[in-house]
Amino acid sequence: MYTANASRGLPRHRSRYPAERYTRWALRALTASLVLATLWLVVAFHLRGQWMFALLFLVLGASLAIVFGKRQLMSHRYIFPALAGMGVFVIFPLLYTIGISFSNYSSSNLLSEERVRAQFLDRTYQAEGLAFDFRLYQDGGQTRLYLETPGAGLEGTRRLASMPLAEAGDGKPLAVRPVEAAPAGEALGLREVIARRDVLEGLTLVTPDGTELRMAGLRRFAPMLPRFESNPDGSLTDRRDGTTLTPDRETGFFVTEDGERLTPGWPVAVGLDNYAKIFTDPDIRGPFLQIFVWTFVFAGLTVAFTLAVGFVLASLLQWEQLRGKAIYRTLLILPYAVPAFISILIFKGMFNQHYGEINLILENVFGISPDWFTDPALARTMLLVVNTWLGYPYMLLLCMGLIQSIPRDLFEASAVDGGGPLTNMFRITLPLILKPLTPLLIAAFAFNFNNFVLIALLTGGKPDILGASTPAGTTDLLVSYTYRIAFQDAGQNFGLAAAIATLIFLMVVGLSLLNLRLSKVKV
Amino acid sequence: MAMVQPRTIRARKLGAHLALLGFVSLVVFPLLLVISISFREGNFATGSLIPERFSLEHWALAFGIPWERADGSIVQPPFPVLLWLWNSIKVALVSSLMILALSTTSAYAFARMRFKGKAPILKGMLIFQMFPAVLSLVALYALFDRLGQLVPWLGINTHGSLILASLGAVALHIWTIKGYFESIDGSLEEAAVVDGASTWQAFYHILLPLSVPILMVVFILAFIMSIMEYPMASVLLLDEDKLTLAVGAQQYLADHNQRWGDFAAAAVLSGLPITLVFLLCQRWIVGGLTSGGVKG
Repeated sequence: MYTANASRGLPRHRSRYPAERYTRWALRALTASLVLATLWLVVAFHLRGQWMFALLFLVLGASLAIVFGKRQLMSHRYIFPALAGMGVFVIFPLLYTIGISFSNYSSSNLLSEERVRAQFLDRTYQAEGLAFDFRLYQDGGQTRLYLETPGAGLEGTRRLASMPLAEAGDGKPLAVRPVEAAPAGEALGLREVIARRDVLEGLTLVTPDGTELRMAGLRRFAPMLPRFESNPDGSLTDRRDGTTLTPDRETGFFVTEDGERLTPGWPVAVGLDNYAKIFTDPDIRGPFLQIFVWTFVFAGLTVAFTLAVGFVLASLLQWEQLRGKAIYRTLLILPYAVPAFISILIFKGMFNQHYGEINLILENVFGISPDWFTDPALARTMLLVVNTWLGYPYMLLLCMGLIQSIPRDLFEASAVDGGGPLTNMFRITLPLILKPLTPLLIAAFAFNFNNFVLIALLTGGKPDILGASTPAGTTDLLVSYTYRIAFQDAGQNFGLAAAIATLIFLMVVGLSLLNLRLSKVKV
Repeated sequence: MAMVQPRTIRARKLGAHLALLGFVSLVVFPLLLVISISFREGNFATGSLIPERFSLEHWALAFGIPWERADGSIVQPPFPVLLWLWNSIKVALVSSLMILALSTTSAYAFARMRFKGKAPILKGMLIFQMFPAVLSLVALYALFDRLGQLVPWLGINTHGSLILASLGAVALHIWTIKGYFESIDGSLEEAAVVDGASTWQAFYHILLPLSVPILMVVFILAFIMSIMEYPMASVLLLDEDKLTLAVGAQQYLADHNQRWGDFAAAAVLSGLPITLVFLLCQRWIVGGLTSGGVKG
């Protein structure tokens, strides 16, 4: 039944029912306010110079207005919310990631060029040459700071005194005023100055002409001056030594005259650099290839093991004369029912070298105590064991469903010809379920290819590969490797992570296209 | 088979039972062990499955009650497990309701209407659904970071961001519901439309009441998936009192501070309800899961 075309193109009449009229108006008001809200986001993002996000919400708002504004697009109204969800939270992040992969976006190249420039211009330095000597004077419970330029008594000596220290609010600059002579009271000795050091170090003094002074030693306060000066050509001059910093828009850093890069930098497009790094830089290529191979091995072996266990169990459970099948089935799918993040952590404790039950048993029975978390081969074995435990119930359920659809008379014919259970299993059951199973096996492969949670919770990728310049572990899969490059350690390298993510995207697209073709999805 | 080999059948049955029992005990051992450990005294107690020195310490701590040891020292609960569980349930409840609303309406359009781009959109959704969210975490982080500067309740470290981010994962549910809608005969809705109902009314008053079972299944599936979501929550949530259970639970077994006993109690406490829900609804859930996706 296709209802959408029924009223398409016909003029819409004012409804006879007030309730329906109100609903229509409410819907229009809701649409209008949503469009206005997205427009506000567009403008706000645009003003902040974040054009990617402005564009995202512009597209979102415009499509919202079109879909809910045109009556011809009735059907699209129903699918719009879900598509918008996918668009904003799946497709946009995907495109954004691909975009990042062509840039040097990282923890050292994070802010925009304007923000970096502003940060440099905000930097100050202490002009030691213009320093004041200071003393503290105490008078009836009030302490005042007294500053004077070195060489007291000479012509042109500047003398400044502060308000009482007790009145100064925390963190607020303290005003100092020119005075003729030292304030009343007695000058405190060095010992008392040291006792108040914490307070003094936190102080900012402001002279009447606006210069800020900060403590520069136990006897001195010195003015803080802006360190950099902006030049018309975009470069910065260092007022301390007169050198210039020139912005290098190829690398996204300010560069000194000696060619040294100063952090922070800003993200710039670097073309295919990140991809070139993956395939040519030996410190990245080595670990990357190792992890790449292990990812395929892990996903392939997981599918093989879980399928083997699940298939054998399913064949046993479909035997009509076996009693207690329901109980077996419930117990056997338990690993599927327990939340994965809990069972993975249970295994993390059980495999622990010090208190884990597995090593206790192995020690008592065989006298061995393997280092599950420090030996790469053992750590990989552990991952496969745990993942088989986690994953076989899915295969069991799939196989049970498919075995049930095999016609019974095939088995009867086999029995008449003298076929045993093994013959049945490998000559009838397996060949018959393998074909409908293939797309699901590919999906399972793709899922385990990206099985981030298992790695993150069980080993965290460790033990690490020696000599890698990025955080890379012997048990890392490509996804967890990407995650570690992006979010772990100091040098968060989003660009490189995004490049690897893009490569994984391509592989997953390949797998899912293959899957669609094999399963012949009908739409 | 039975007719052909009557003599060996008993031996084979016995063998099958033994094999199954052996395998089942392997499978259930870790789960029983954790229950046992949660009742043992101390954090690194070893011993038989039935605890020799029974103690409720870990359970009291899991419920957030300070525990007084025999020597008089008071142990404070290490982590707010109940708060984490509540956070998880809150996020899962809201996000699965929203997912249900989004996927039901689109499934209706895909099942009953004819419009431009229907086939490519459906196929495209299936392909995009295979991308794990881990890979675009940098982008999602950037999105919510910027969004949070304008709309604080959608920023980093809010549950709002986590709920919103989960709305991308609707394709599987759309396919499940669409399949169910297509199995319902459309003549009832047609009759309603002939009598003057709008498409929305036909959907809301006729089709939806008929589809309550599948809506329940999708709701439970989305709920369980949201409870177990780890990567996005690990990046979007920062403060200890904001964490969901999936992210918080691993802190019990952090490298420098392992609390095996406390973890066991917390794991049983929080894992049991989810496991029971799954087992009770398995008949419906399994159908949904095995028809399309893989549970994580």
